[in-house]
Amino acid sequence: MAILEVKNIKKSFGKTEVLKGISFSLNEGEVISLIGSSGSGKTTLLRCLNFLETPDSGTISVGDNVLFDGENSKALTDNEIRENRLHFGLVFQSFNLFPQYNVLDNVTLAPKLLKKGSTEEIEQNARALIDKVGLTEKIGNYPCELSGGQQQRVAIARALAMNPDILCFDEPTSALDPELTGEVLRVIKGLKESGSTMIVVTHEMEFAKNVSDKIIFMADGVIEEMGTPEQIFENPQSDKTRHFLQNSLEKI
Amino acid sequence: MSFLEVTSFLWDGFMVSLLIFAVTLLCGAPLGLPIAFCSMSRWKPLKVISKIFVWIVRGVPLMLQIFIIYYVPGLLFDFPLFSHVDRYVSINFGIADAGRILAVLIAFTINYACYFSEIYRGGIESISKGQYEAGYVLGLTKSQIFKKIILKQVIKRIVPPMSNEIITLIKDTALANCIMVCEIIKQAKELAATKALIWPLFFTGVFYLIFVGLLTIILGRVEKKLDYFKS
Repeated sequence: MAILEVKNIKKSFGKTEVLKGISFSLNEGEVISLIGSSGSGKTTLLRCLNFLETPDSGTISVGDNVLFDGENSKALTDNEIRENRLHFGLVFQSFNLFPQYNVLDNVTLAPKLLKKGSTEEIEQNARALIDKVGLTEKIGNYPCELSGGQQQRVAIARALAMNPDILCFDEPTSALDPELTGEVLRVIKGLKESGSTMIVVTHEMEFAKNVSDKIIFMADGVIEEMGTPEQIFENPQSDKTRHFLQNSLEKI
Repeated sequence: MSFLEVTSFLWDGFMVSLLIFAVTLLCGAPLGLPIAFCSMSRWKPLKVISKIFVWIVRGVPLMLQIFIIYYVPGLLFDFPLFSHVDRYVSINFGIADAGRILAVLIAFTINYACYFSEIYRGGIESISKGQYEAGYVLGLTKSQIFKKIILKQVIKRIVPPMSNEIITLIKDTALANCIMVCEIIKQAKELAATKALIWPLFFTGVFYLIFVGLLTIILGRVEKKLDYFKS
Protein backbone atom coordinates (compact mmCIF):
# COMPACT_ATOMS: atom_id res chain seq x y z
CA MET A 1 0.00 0.00 0.00
CA ALA A 2 1.25 3.44 -0.87
CA ILE A 3 2.42 5.43 2.14
CA LEU A 4 2.87 8.59 0.07
CA GLU A 5 0.62 9.67 -2.75
CA VAL A 6 1.45 12.84 -4.66
CA LYS A 7 -1.02 13.99 -7.31
CA ASN A 8 -0.57 16.72 -9.87
CA ILE A 9 1.56 19.07 -7.79
CA LYS A 10 2.12 22.43 -9.43
CA LYS A 11 4.27 25.27 -8.19
CA SER A 12 5.26 28.59 -9.71
CA PHE A 13 7.59 31.28 -8.45
CA GLY A 14 6.30 34.47 -10.00
CA LYS A 15 6.05 33.73 -13.71
CA THR A 16 8.35 30.73 -13.66
CA GLU A 17 6.49 27.46 -13.47
CA VAL A 18 8.87 25.16 -11.59
CA LEU A 19 6.61 22.13 -11.11
CA LYS A 20 4.11 21.48 -13.89
CA GLY A 21 2.07 18.65 -12.43
CA ILE A 22 4.00 15.98 -10.57
CA SER A 23 2.34 12.70 -9.58
CA PHE A 24 3.94 9.65 -8.05
CA SER A 25 3.49 7.26 -5.17
CA LEU A 26 5.81 5.58 -2.76
CA ASN A 27 5.33 2.34 -0.84
CA GLU A 28 6.47 1.77 2.69
CA GLY A 29 10.12 0.73 2.83
CA GLU A 30 10.80 1.90 -0.71
CA VAL A 31 13.53 4.25 -1.82
CA ILE A 32 12.96 6.68 -4.68
CA SER A 33 15.80 8.62 -6.24
CA LEU A 34 15.02 11.90 -7.96
CA ILE A 35 17.53 12.65 -10.68
CA GLY A 36 17.70 15.33 -13.32
CA SER A 37 19.68 18.42 -14.18
CA SER A 38 19.78 21.53 -12.00
CA GLY A 39 16.65 23.63 -12.31
CA SER A 40 14.44 20.66 -13.16
CA GLY A 41 12.43 21.12 -9.95
CA LYS A 42 13.74 18.22 -7.83
CA THR A 43 14.56 20.35 -4.81
CA THR A 44 11.32 22.35 -5.08
CA LEU A 45 9.36 19.08 -5.09
CA LEU A 46 11.15 17.95 -1.94
CA ARG A 47 10.52 21.34 -0.31
CA CYS A 48 6.83 21.07 -1.16
CA LEU A 49 6.67 17.66 0.52
CA ASN A 50 8.24 19.16 3.64
CA PHE A 51 5.92 22.18 3.51
CA LEU A 52 8.78 24.62 3.18
CA GLU A 53 6.97 25.68 0.01
CA THR A 54 3.23 25.53 -0.52
CA PRO A 55 2.19 24.00 -3.84
CA ASP A 56 -0.26 26.00 -5.97
CA SER A 57 -2.39 22.95 -6.66
CA GLY A 58 -2.45 19.18 -6.32
CA THR A 59 -2.71 16.85 -3.35
CA ILE A 60 -0.27 15.24 -0.95
CA SER A 61 -1.44 12.27 1.14
CA VAL A 62 0.43 10.18 3.65
CA GLY A 63 -1.33 6.90 4.46
CA ASP A 64 -5.00 7.81 4.80
CA ASN A 65 -4.39 11.47 5.65
CA VAL A 66 -4.73 14.08 2.95
CA LEU A 67 -2.12 16.58 4.15
CA PHE A 68 -2.56 19.07 1.37
CA ASP A 69 -5.34 19.64 -1.10
CA GLY A 70 -4.98 22.54 -3.53
CA GLU A 71 -8.74 22.47 -4.18
CA ASN A 72 -9.45 23.19 -0.55
CA SER A 73 -9.25 26.96 -0.63
CA LYS A 74 -8.76 27.34 3.12
CA ALA A 75 -5.09 27.98 3.81
CA LEU A 76 -3.43 25.67 6.32
CA THR A 77 -2.78 27.15 9.75
CA ASP A 78 0.77 27.27 11.12
CA ASN A 79 -0.10 24.43 13.42
CA GLU A 80 -1.48 22.21 10.65
CA ILE A 81 1.63 22.83 8.59
CA ARG A 82 3.73 21.87 11.59
CA GLU A 83 1.75 18.65 12.09
CA ASN A 84 2.13 17.83 8.40
CA ARG A 85 5.88 18.32 8.55
CA LEU A 86 6.18 15.67 11.24
CA HIS A 87 5.42 12.99 8.63
CA PHE A 88 8.58 13.94 6.78
CA GLY A 89 12.21 14.34 7.67
CA LEU A 90 14.58 16.39 5.55
CA VAL A 91 18.35 16.24 5.31
CA PHE A 92 19.74 19.38 3.70
CA GLN A 93 22.56 19.80 1.23
CA SER A 94 24.28 22.19 3.63
CA PHE A 95 23.59 20.10 6.80
CA ASN A 96 22.16 23.05 8.80
CA LEU A 97 23.20 21.63 12.15
CA PHE A 98 22.61 23.92 15.12
CA PRO A 99 26.12 25.26 15.81
CA GLN A 100 25.64 26.00 19.50
CA TYR A 101 24.64 22.44 20.36
CA ASN A 102 26.87 19.38 20.51
CA VAL A 103 26.08 16.23 18.55
CA LEU A 104 23.83 14.70 21.21
CA ASP A 105 21.91 17.93 21.79
CA ASN A 106 21.40 18.48 18.06
CA VAL A 107 19.72 15.08 17.92
CA THR A 108 17.69 15.45 21.12
CA LEU A 109 16.60 19.10 20.77
CA ALA A 110 13.42 18.62 18.74
CA PRO A 111 12.17 15.45 20.51
CA LYS A 112 12.72 17.15 23.86
CA LEU A 113 10.97 20.38 22.85
CA LEU A 114 8.05 18.46 21.36
CA LYS A 115 7.95 16.08 24.35
CA LYS A 116 8.35 12.89 22.37
CA GLY A 117 8.98 10.87 25.53
CA SER A 118 10.89 11.02 28.78
CA THR A 119 14.34 12.59 28.79
CA GLU A 120 15.92 9.15 29.33
CA GLU A 121 14.02 7.59 26.44
CA ILE A 122 14.91 10.44 24.13
CA GLU A 123 18.60 10.34 25.04
CA GLN A 124 18.76 6.58 24.79
CA ASN A 125 17.15 6.70 21.37
CA ALA A 126 19.50 9.52 20.30
CA ARG A 127 22.56 7.56 21.41
CA ALA A 128 21.35 4.56 19.42
CA LEU A 129 20.89 6.73 16.32
CA ILE A 130 24.27 8.39 16.74
CA ASP A 131 25.77 4.92 17.03
CA LYS A 132 23.91 3.88 13.87
CA VAL A 133 25.59 6.70 11.91
CA GLY A 134 28.93 5.77 13.49
CA LEU A 135 29.61 8.88 15.55
CA THR A 136 29.51 7.62 19.13
CA GLU A 137 33.00 8.92 19.84
CA LYS A 138 31.99 12.42 18.66
CA ILE A 139 28.84 12.62 20.77
CA GLY A 140 30.07 15.60 22.83
CA ASN A 141 31.63 17.52 19.95
CA TYR A 142 30.27 20.68 18.36
CA PRO A 143 29.47 20.89 14.63
CA CYS A 144 32.48 23.14 13.95
CA GLU A 145 34.72 20.31 15.18
CA LEU A 146 33.34 17.79 12.69
CA SER A 147 34.09 17.12 9.03
CA GLY A 148 31.37 17.70 6.45
CA GLY A 149 30.63 14.00 6.20
CA GLN A 150 30.34 13.70 9.97
CA GLN A 151 28.05 16.74 10.11
CA GLN A 152 25.79 15.24 7.47
CA ARG A 153 25.62 11.96 9.42
CA VAL A 154 24.58 13.92 12.52
CA ALA A 155 21.93 15.66 10.40
CA ILE A 156 20.62 12.22 9.38
CA ALA A 157 20.47 11.09 13.01
CA ARG A 158 18.71 14.35 13.92
CA ALA A 159 16.05 13.77 11.24
CA LEU A 160 15.58 10.13 12.32
CA ALA A 161 15.10 11.15 15.95
CA MET A 162 11.67 12.55 15.07
CA ASN A 163 10.80 9.16 13.59
CA PRO A 164 9.37 10.48 10.30
CA ASP A 165 7.31 8.27 7.98
CA ILE A 166 9.36 9.39 5.02
CA LEU A 167 12.92 10.67 5.10
CA CYS A 168 13.93 13.08 2.34
CA PHE A 169 17.46 13.91 1.27
CA ASP A 170 18.24 17.04 -0.74
CA GLU A 171 21.53 16.32 -2.51
CA PRO A 172 23.07 15.07 0.72
CA THR A 173 26.57 14.73 -0.67
CA SER A 174 26.78 17.74 -3.01
CA ALA A 175 28.53 19.95 -0.44
CA LEU A 176 31.06 17.27 0.50
CA ASP A 177 34.59 16.59 -0.64
CA PRO A 178 34.59 13.50 -2.88
CA GLU A 179 36.37 11.36 -0.30
CA LEU A 180 33.61 12.07 2.25
CA THR A 181 30.59 11.15 0.13
CA GLY A 182 31.07 7.42 0.71
CA GLU A 183 30.49 7.54 4.46
CA VAL A 184 27.20 9.41 4.00
CA LEU A 185 25.95 7.19 1.17
CA ARG A 186 26.79 4.08 3.22
CA VAL A 187 24.65 5.39 6.07
CA ILE A 188 21.73 5.98 3.68
CA LYS A 189 22.19 2.49 2.26
CA GLY A 190 22.14 1.12 5.80
CA LEU A 191 18.83 2.88 6.41
CA LYS A 192 17.32 1.20 3.39
CA GLU A 193 18.36 -2.18 4.76
CA SER A 194 16.59 -1.37 8.03
CA GLY A 195 13.40 -0.54 6.12
CA SER A 196 13.28 3.29 6.04
CA THR A 197 11.11 4.90 3.40
CA MET A 198 13.18 7.51 1.59
CA ILE A 199 13.23 10.03 -1.22
CA VAL A 200 16.70 11.03 -2.32
CA VAL A 201 17.55 13.89 -4.64
CA THR A 202 20.99 13.00 -5.89
CA HIS A 203 23.60 13.45 -8.56
CA GLU A 204 25.34 10.21 -7.54
CA MET A 205 24.19 7.93 -10.36
CA GLU A 206 25.91 4.78 -9.11
CA PHE A 207 24.29 5.25 -5.73
CA ALA A 208 20.85 5.87 -7.27
CA LYS A 209 21.25 2.73 -9.34
CA ASN A 210 22.26 0.52 -6.44
CA VAL A 211 20.02 1.75 -3.66
CA SER A 212 16.74 2.83 -5.27
CA ASP A 213 13.62 0.78 -5.89
CA LYS A 214 12.39 3.43 -8.25
CA ILE A 215 14.03 6.26 -10.18
CA ILE A 216 12.27 9.44 -11.18
CA PHE A 217 13.95 11.48 -13.86
CA MET A 218 12.73 15.06 -13.88
CA ALA A 219 13.20 17.63 -16.62
CA ASP A 220 11.69 21.12 -16.86
CA GLY A 221 9.22 20.61 -14.04
CA VAL A 222 7.71 17.33 -15.21
CA ILE A 223 8.47 13.67 -14.60
CA GLU A 224 10.06 12.76 -17.88
CA GLU A 225 10.52 9.13 -16.99
CA MET A 226 9.90 6.91 -14.00
CA GLY A 227 10.84 3.27 -13.49
CA THR A 228 13.10 0.75 -11.87
CA PRO A 229 16.84 1.47 -11.95
CA GLU A 230 17.21 -1.20 -14.66
CA GLN A 231 14.60 0.43 -16.86
CA ILE A 232 16.02 3.91 -16.46
CA PHE A 233 19.71 3.15 -16.65
CA GLU A 234 19.73 0.21 -19.06
CA ASN A 235 16.83 1.06 -21.30
CA PRO A 236 15.77 4.71 -21.08
CA GLN A 237 12.79 5.52 -23.29
CA SER A 238 13.03 9.30 -23.49
CA ASP A 239 15.66 11.21 -25.40
CA LYS A 240 16.09 13.65 -22.55
CA THR A 241 16.79 10.82 -20.10
CA ARG A 242 19.26 9.24 -22.44
CA HIS A 243 21.00 12.54 -23.02
CA PHE A 244 21.16 13.32 -19.28
CA LEU A 245 22.51 9.89 -18.39
CA GLN A 246 25.09 10.06 -21.13
CA ASN A 247 26.41 13.34 -19.76
CA SER A 248 26.23 12.18 -16.14
CA LEU A 249 27.98 8.88 -16.70
CA GLU A 250 30.55 10.20 -19.11
CA LYS A 251 34.03 9.23 -18.06
CA ILE A 252 36.56 11.98 -18.54
CA MET B 1 41.35 72.03 47.52
CA SER B 2 43.25 68.85 48.10
CA PHE B 3 43.56 66.06 45.57
CA LEU B 4 41.27 63.88 47.65
CA GLU B 5 38.61 66.57 47.90
CA VAL B 6 38.68 67.09 44.13
CA THR B 7 38.52 63.36 43.50
CA SER B 8 35.56 62.98 45.82
CA PHE B 9 33.79 65.94 44.18
CA LEU B 10 34.34 64.44 40.72
CA TRP B 11 33.31 61.01 42.03
CA ASP B 12 29.88 62.41 42.91
CA GLY B 13 29.56 63.53 39.29
CA PHE B 14 30.76 60.19 37.99
CA MET B 15 27.99 58.46 39.96
CA VAL B 16 25.50 60.49 37.93
CA SER B 17 27.34 59.46 34.72
CA LEU B 18 27.13 55.82 35.82
CA LEU B 19 23.44 56.18 36.63
CA ILE B 20 22.73 57.46 33.12
CA PHE B 21 24.88 54.66 31.71
CA ALA B 22 23.15 51.91 33.70
CA VAL B 23 19.57 53.06 33.13
CA THR B 24 20.13 53.61 29.41
CA LEU B 25 21.59 50.14 29.07
CA LEU B 26 18.93 48.42 31.19
CA CYS B 27 16.00 50.16 29.46
CA GLY B 28 17.44 50.78 26.00
CA ALA B 29 18.70 47.24 25.34
CA PRO B 30 15.28 45.58 25.83
CA LEU B 31 13.46 48.44 24.10
CA GLY B 32 15.63 47.93 21.03
CA LEU B 33 14.12 44.49 20.48
CA PRO B 34 10.52 45.53 19.67
CA ILE B 35 11.90 48.34 17.49
CA ALA B 36 14.01 45.78 15.63
CA PHE B 37 11.00 43.51 15.13
CA CYS B 38 8.93 46.45 13.86
CA SER B 39 11.64 47.34 11.32
CA MET B 40 11.55 43.73 10.11
CA SER B 41 7.75 43.51 10.13
CA ARG B 42 6.04 42.14 7.05
CA TRP B 43 3.28 44.71 7.63
CA LYS B 44 4.51 47.62 5.52
CA PRO B 45 3.10 50.63 7.48
CA LEU B 46 4.67 49.43 10.73
CA LYS B 47 7.96 48.82 8.99
CA VAL B 48 7.95 52.27 7.39
CA ILE B 49 7.01 54.08 10.60
CA SER B 50 9.70 52.32 12.56
CA LYS B 51 12.34 52.95 9.89
CA ILE B 52 11.46 56.67 9.82
CA PHE B 53 11.61 56.80 13.60
CA VAL B 54 15.03 55.17 13.65
CA TRP B 55 16.20 57.47 10.88
CA ILE B 56 15.19 60.59 12.84
CA VAL B 57 16.63 59.42 16.14
CA ARG B 58 19.90 58.36 14.59
CA GLY B 59 20.01 61.35 12.29
CA VAL B 60 19.73 64.10 14.89
CA PRO B 61 22.47 64.88 17.43
CA LEU B 62 21.80 63.34 20.83
CA MET B 63 22.44 66.74 22.43
CA LEU B 64 19.61 68.23 20.41
CA GLN B 65 17.35 65.36 21.43
CA ILE B 66 18.09 66.10 25.08
CA PHE B 67 17.08 69.73 24.52
CA ILE B 68 13.91 68.67 22.74
CA ILE B 69 12.82 66.25 25.47
CA TYR B 70 13.65 68.75 28.20
CA TYR B 71 12.10 71.91 26.73
CA VAL B 72 9.24 70.68 24.54
CA PRO B 73 6.68 70.02 27.32
CA GLY B 74 7.07 73.61 28.50
CA LEU B 75 7.19 75.25 25.07
CA LEU B 76 4.44 73.28 23.42
CA PHE B 77 2.04 72.54 26.24
CA ASP B 78 2.97 75.32 28.59
CA PHE B 79 3.83 72.68 31.15
CA PRO B 80 7.54 72.49 31.99
CA LEU B 81 7.25 68.92 33.20
CA PHE B 82 10.89 68.38 34.06
CA SER B 83 11.32 71.63 36.01
CA HIS B 84 8.27 70.65 38.04
CA VAL B 85 9.81 67.27 38.78
CA ASP B 86 13.09 69.01 39.67
CA ARG B 87 11.37 71.25 42.17
CA TYR B 88 9.05 68.60 43.58
CA VAL B 89 11.81 66.06 44.22
CA SER B 90 14.26 68.57 45.66
CA ILE B 91 11.62 69.95 48.06
CA ASN B 92 10.29 66.56 49.16
CA PHE B 93 13.38 64.36 49.00
CA GLY B 94 16.23 66.83 48.97
CA ILE B 95 17.67 65.37 45.74
CA ALA B 96 18.77 67.94 43.15
CA ASP B 97 18.40 67.71 39.37
CA ALA B 98 15.92 64.79 39.37
CA GLY B 99 13.80 66.26 36.57
CA ARG B 100 16.79 67.09 34.38
CA ILE B 101 18.22 63.63 34.91
CA LEU B 102 14.86 62.12 34.01
CA ALA B 103 14.81 64.07 30.72
CA VAL B 104 18.34 62.89 29.96
CA LEU B 105 17.41 59.27 30.75
CA ILE B 106 14.44 59.41 28.39
CA ALA B 107 16.47 60.94 25.56
CA PHE B 108 19.35 58.49 26.05
CA THR B 109 17.08 55.45 26.30
CA ILE B 110 15.23 56.26 23.07
CA ASN B 111 18.42 57.15 21.24
CA TYR B 112 20.32 54.05 22.28
CA ALA B 113 17.32 51.76 21.78
CA CYS B 114 17.35 52.82 18.13
CA TYR B 115 21.05 52.10 17.74
CA PHE B 116 20.63 48.75 19.53
CA SER B 117 17.63 47.90 17.33
CA GLU B 118 19.77 48.23 14.22
CA ILE B 119 22.41 45.96 15.73
CA TYR B 120 19.73 43.39 16.61
CA ARG B 121 18.22 43.61 13.15
CA GLY B 122 21.58 43.05 11.51
CA GLY B 123 22.24 40.11 13.82
CA ILE B 124 18.88 38.47 13.25
CA GLU B 125 18.98 38.95 9.49
CA SER B 126 22.49 37.49 9.29
CA ILE B 127 21.34 34.05 10.48
CA SER B 128 20.96 31.76 7.49
CA LYS B 129 17.52 30.67 6.32
CA GLY B 130 18.72 27.09 6.67
CA GLN B 131 18.71 27.37 10.46
CA TYR B 132 15.01 28.27 10.44
CA GLU B 133 14.22 25.57 7.89
CA ALA B 134 16.08 22.93 9.89
CA GLY B 135 13.84 23.83 12.82
CA TYR B 136 10.70 23.85 10.69
CA VAL B 137 11.25 20.39 9.22
CA LEU B 138 11.75 18.99 12.72
CA GLY B 139 8.26 20.29 13.54
CA LEU B 140 9.32 23.10 15.90
CA THR B 141 7.18 26.19 16.35
CA LYS B 142 8.38 29.65 15.31
CA SER B 143 8.92 30.75 18.89
CA GLN B 144 10.81 27.55 19.77
CA ILE B 145 13.04 28.11 16.77
CA PHE B 146 13.75 31.70 17.77
CA LYS B 147 14.38 30.98 21.44
CA LYS B 148 16.26 27.71 21.17
CA ILE B 149 18.12 28.01 17.88
CA ILE B 150 18.37 31.56 16.57
CA LEU B 151 18.76 33.69 19.70
CA LYS B 152 22.12 32.39 20.89
CA GLN B 153 23.62 32.69 17.42
CA VAL B 154 22.34 36.27 17.22
CA ILE B 155 23.82 37.06 20.64
CA LYS B 156 27.19 35.70 19.55
CA ARG B 157 27.12 37.92 16.48
CA ILE B 158 26.00 41.10 18.20
CA VAL B 159 28.42 41.04 21.12
CA PRO B 160 31.24 42.88 19.28
CA PRO B 161 29.04 45.71 17.89
CA MET B 162 27.16 45.95 21.20
CA SER B 163 30.47 46.27 23.05
CA ASN B 164 31.36 49.17 20.83
CA GLU B 165 28.06 50.89 21.46
CA ILE B 166 28.27 50.32 25.22
CA ILE B 167 31.73 51.88 25.35
CA THR B 168 30.46 54.87 23.37
CA LEU B 169 27.55 55.19 25.79
CA ILE B 170 29.65 55.88 28.90
CA LYS B 171 31.40 58.72 27.08
CA ASP B 172 28.15 60.09 25.67
CA THR B 173 26.84 60.60 29.21
CA ALA B 174 28.94 63.80 29.22
CA LEU B 175 26.29 65.32 26.92
CA ALA B 176 23.98 65.52 29.93
CA ASN B 177 25.79 68.68 31.03
CA CYS B 178 24.07 70.57 28.20
CA ILE B 179 21.02 70.89 30.48
CA MET B 180 23.14 71.38 33.58
CA VAL B 181 23.00 67.83 34.93
CA CYS B 182 25.86 67.43 37.40
CA GLU B 183 27.69 64.59 35.72
CA ILE B 184 31.48 64.43 36.01
CA ILE B 185 32.41 66.96 33.31
CA LYS B 186 29.91 69.46 34.70
CA GLN B 187 31.45 68.97 38.15
CA ALA B 188 34.93 69.63 36.75
CA LYS B 189 33.73 72.77 34.96
CA GLU B 190 32.23 73.88 38.26
CA LEU B 191 35.69 73.61 39.87
CA ALA B 192 37.22 75.58 37.02
CA ALA B 193 34.64 78.33 37.41
CA THR B 194 34.52 78.60 41.18
CA LYS B 195 38.01 77.52 42.32
CA ALA B 196 40.02 78.39 39.20
CA LEU B 197 41.22 74.78 38.99
CA ILE B 198 41.64 73.54 35.42
CA TRP B 199 43.43 70.22 36.04
CA PRO B 200 40.31 68.38 37.40
CA LEU B 201 38.74 68.75 33.93
CA PHE B 202 41.57 66.70 32.42
CA PHE B 203 41.61 64.37 35.40
CA THR B 204 38.03 63.25 34.57
CA GLY B 205 39.54 61.29 31.66
CA VAL B 206 41.07 58.89 34.17
CA PHE B 207 37.60 57.98 35.48
CA TYR B 208 36.37 57.16 32.00
CA LEU B 209 39.53 55.24 31.14
CA ILE B 210 39.31 53.03 34.21
CA PHE B 211 35.65 52.31 33.62
CA VAL B 212 36.13 51.57 29.93
CA GLY B 213 39.01 49.27 30.91
CA LEU B 214 36.68 47.33 33.19
CA LEU B 215 33.99 47.17 30.49
CA THR B 216 36.51 45.91 27.95
CA ILE B 217 37.52 43.08 30.28
CA ILE B 218 33.93 42.08 31.04
CA LEU B 219 32.76 42.26 27.42
CA GLY B 220 35.85 40.36 26.31
CA ARG B 221 34.89 37.59 28.72
CA VAL B 222 31.35 37.43 27.33
CA GLU B 223 32.79 37.16 23.83
CA LYS B 224 35.14 34.41 24.95
CA LYS B 225 32.31 32.51 26.60
CA LEU B 226 30.54 32.24 23.25
CA ASP B 227 33.71 31.11 21.51
CA TYR B 228 32.89 27.42 21.85
CA PHE B 229 30.83 27.39 18.68
CA LYS B 230 31.15 28.91 15.23
CA SER B 231 28.15 30.33 13.51
